[in-house]
Order: sequence, then C-alpha cells, then structure tokens
Amino acid sequence: MNYGKKVLEHFTKPHNMGELKNPDGVGKVGNPRCGDEMWIYIKITKKRGEEVIKDIKFKTFGCVSAIATSSVLTDLVKGKTMEQALLVDNKDVAKALGGLPPIKMHCSVLAEEGLKAAIKDYKKRLKKV
Amino acid sequence: MKAYFDHGATTPIDPEVLKAMTPFLKQRFGNAASLHKLGREASEAVENSREAIAKFIGAKPEEIVFTSGGTESNNFAIKGIAFAKKKGHLIVSKIEHDCVLNSARWLEKQGFEVTYLSVDDEGFVSPEELRKAIQDDTFLVSVMHANNEIGTIQPLKEISKVCREKGVLLHSDACQSLTKVSVNIDDLGVDLMTINSHKIYGPKGVGALYIRKGVKIDPYFSGGGHENGKRSGTLNVPGIIGFGKSVQINHKVGHVKKLRNIFMKGVEKRISDVKLNGPRGDKRLANNANYSFKYIEGEGLLFRLDSHGIAVSTASACASNTLEPSHVLTSIGLPHEIAHGAIRFTFGKDNTLQEVEYVLDKLEKEVKELRKMSPYKRGWK
Ligand SMILES: Cc1ncc(COP(=O)(O)O)c(C=O)c1O
Ligand code: FES
Repeated sequence: MNYGKKVLEHFTKPHNMGELKNPDGVGKVGNPRCGDEMWIYIKITKKRGEEVIKDIKFKTFGCVSAIATSSVLTDLVKGKTMEQALLVDNKDVAKALGGLPPIKMHCSVLAEEGLKAAIKDYKKRLKKV
Repeated sequence: MKAYFDHGATTPIDPEVLKAMTPFLKQRFGNAASLHKLGREASEAVENSREAIAKFIGAKPEEIVFTSGGTESNNFAIKGIAFAKKKGHLIVSKIEHDCVLNSARWLEKQGFEVTYLSVDDEGFVSPEELRKAIQDDTFLVSVMHANNEIGTIQPLKEISKVCREKGVLLHSDACQSLTKVSVNIDDLGVDLMTINSHKIYGPKGVGALYIRKGVKIDPYFSGGGHENGKRSGTLNVPGIIGFGKSVQINHKVGHVKKLRNIFMKGVEKRISDVKLNGPRGDKRLANNANYSFKYIEGEGLLFRLDSHGIAVSTASACASNTLEPSHVLTSIGLPHEIAHGAIRFTFGKDNTLQEVEYVLDKLEKEVKELRKMSPYKRGWK
C-alpha cells in the first residue's frame, strides 16, 4: 500500500483520539466492505445563535487509512458550525490527507458517515429534551 | 534498529550464494545450450546445481526441471498433469497458495472437475476426508507441504498412502518447508514437488519441479525443447547456480526455532487477548508465528511496526485487494474480526535475540496504542 506522508503522519500521531465524557452526539458506523468500525463523539455549543462543534473525538477499529481519515476529519470540523461541518464529504477528507490509494477511498466514506451519524444523534437527542 | 521478520515472503541472498552466482553474471555468461566452451561451462555448472538439489530432496537429477519459481512450478504441475490426462477430476486443499487454487479454477473453466478440500481449525487436511473425496476419475491431488501463512505441516506421508492406494498422483508445494524440515520425496511419497529459491536465501525468479520418473506431463512452455522437452527457454544460469548453492548453506534451523519460541513465549506473556493461528509444536514450521491481536486491525499494526524498522506481513481484509481476509484464515474458521488482526512473523537464520527483544517491545507498545484507539478495547460489542 502506497500511503502518502500526510496519511502516515495522521496514522502514527492521530489527533483527537479517544472518547468525550458526556458527548452531545455519538455516531457509530461500520464499514460493510471490510468490517471496520468508527465511533465519532461530538460536543456542541451555541455561538451567536449558531451550533458549533466545540469538541470532537474518535475511536476506530480499522486500517491505516481509516485511522488517518478519522484523525483528519476531526481537524477539519473542529470549531466549525454544524452547517459547515455537514458540507465536509469524503473527498475533502481524502484531499486533506494529500490523497488516498484508490482501494482505500471507501475508508474516507466511513469518516463522512461517522460525523453525519454523530450530528444526527445530536439532533435526535435535542428532540427528546 | 532494523529487524526483518518476513522470511516467509522472501529472504536476502546469502553471501556464499552470491559469490557462487557472480561469475555467471559476469565473465561466465554463456548460454547452457551453446556448444562452445563458455556454453559447456555454463551447462556443467547447471548440472552440478541440478545434482545438488536432486540429492537434497532424494531425487535423481533427471527428475528435476528448472523453472522461473514456485508459481510456474505449481502451474506446470497442475495444468501439465491435467492436460496429459485430457479430462477428469482433481483435488486441492482450500489453503493452497493462490497459484495452485487459481490453476485449479482455470482448469474448471476448461472442463475439468475440481474438489476444494476443507481443512480443520489448525489447517490440517484429513487423509480420511481425502479418501472420501477421491472419485474413479480423480487423477491428481495437490496438498502443500507447509502453509505459508499459518505454518501447518501436512501429514503428507498419510496423504500419499491414500493416493497410492487409490492410484492417484500426489503433487505438493514445498516452497515453505524446503530446508526447514526434511523434504525427502520418497519419505513423503510425492510424485511431483514444487520448490523455489528465494525463500531459502537464493535469488528470486528460479525454482524447480520434481517430476517422478515415468509420470506423464505436458510441457507448460513450448519452445526449443530445453530441460528434456519439459520446459523450454534459455536457462537462468546464475539463478540456477544460486539455487543449487542455497540448499547447501547452513540454514540454522535450531537457532531459528529457538528465536521463534522465545518470541511466542514473549507475546503470550506480555500481550493479552492474542490468538495463535495454526498449530503448536512439531507440526508447525519452525520459523513461523501467526497471531491475531484482538480488537485491532493488521494493516495498522504492520505500518506501526514498519515505522520502527520492523518488517512483518498481514492477511487482514484491509490489506488485501479484495477487502476480504485471506482464504487461509477463513478456511480455518476464524471469525472476520479475529482474522482482521492477524500478523505473520517469519524468522530467519540471521535474526538475533536482540532483534526478537526489540520486536517484542515495539509490539507490546503498538498493540497497546492501537487498542486505545479501538472502540473494542473492552471487548467486542
Ligand atoms: C507456498 C508457496 N507457494 C508458491 C509461492 C510462489 O513462489 P514464487 O514467488 O517463486 O513464484 C510461494 C511464495 O510466494 C509460497 O509461499
Ligand atoms: S478500514 Fe478496512 S480498508 Fe480501511
């Protein structure tokens, strides 16, 4: 597997790895192709009437690319408004890593889906309150 | 520090082997088929190599055909025997190397019938199951001597007894077992046997097929009739010289086994939630250890070890082009998530105790780190 420098950097020293205590939303997604699992935790605050991702952490059971995409995703959306975060897709994730081997693109889809699932979970919780 | 633990993939060329080869890459460059002095010299050196290899496996020199390696020898054996038979049924085990399995699948497309024989949870073929699978029109059984991923050494003697009784030819791929355990063709009872050079400190791109005298086989390469018409093509003289030398060097199997055992003890003592894939004891290749580290994925662990200069291999789904775990791991019944964390460590004669301690330290550290990252660190869901 020919991974770029940036992928290996994020993989060896991932950012925002771990869990959040009392998260506002958790997204748990699995990769049907290879059987991997990614959990995304988010914490939301309101800033000038807008919902902002104040903190985000991840846990991933997966390959180099799955871990690197989890890590770079957290960088991409931390501090962003919900609106902005929802626009981040798997291509942005792959681009931020300087590209992924074609066979590893599906791992970046997991990152996009993980974030979307966490936001969905947050919205669901809001409704319950 | 650098530590190479992937000798099952390939080995470095031994200095003695290189020394034997070098003249044939330089001033003694002759074509072994040429009649002049340079050609005769090359031919003589090739025949010495053939004799050394034949002697090493208990065969006659004329029963050895040189090829371009394990892949060609396996293709040649299986397709060559099938085409000499024209039709019928063959049996291969489910954990054969891809070059055997895909040769069998190709033959199926040409109208042959194939049975893919199951193995047990340690990778063993059952001679009794084999007996049941043999049909009236079965002409060939192919069961590898030792498995490249999990090191299982097959009971070839018992398997060959069944084949003999039933009058079926037996081929065995011995690429992994050559020099690690005895591969005497009469003890094992094989009719054809694949061996190659780059797993035993020889050069890449050279191997041989042992064909018992009297066995009818169609050539796989048609051409100028080299190798008694069995395999055409100008002989890879330096490669063959290197191969011949590589069976004669000291392979230090005792040393390799000692290191492998220290490694296994270390892994099982220092790291929790690991599973050894393949058997324990004498029925496992002395240079092979294959562990699943639960809750983490193999490609990730491989790259973490690589960042410390440690080379290993993995058959995890994420590391394969098909995104499926290897057919060997699924054939021994490993659940997907356990196959996911499988790493193979294969030791060699030049490894040291210091390197084993180094890999144990890094392995313990990186497994811990990756488990911290895993949602499953407290067990599966
Ligand atoms: C068991 C087995 N058979 C066949 C081969 C293929 O041999 P080669 O690389 O010489 O084509 C290998 C090694 O790759 C092997 O381990
Ligand atoms: S997570 Fe399996 S290939 Fe990336």
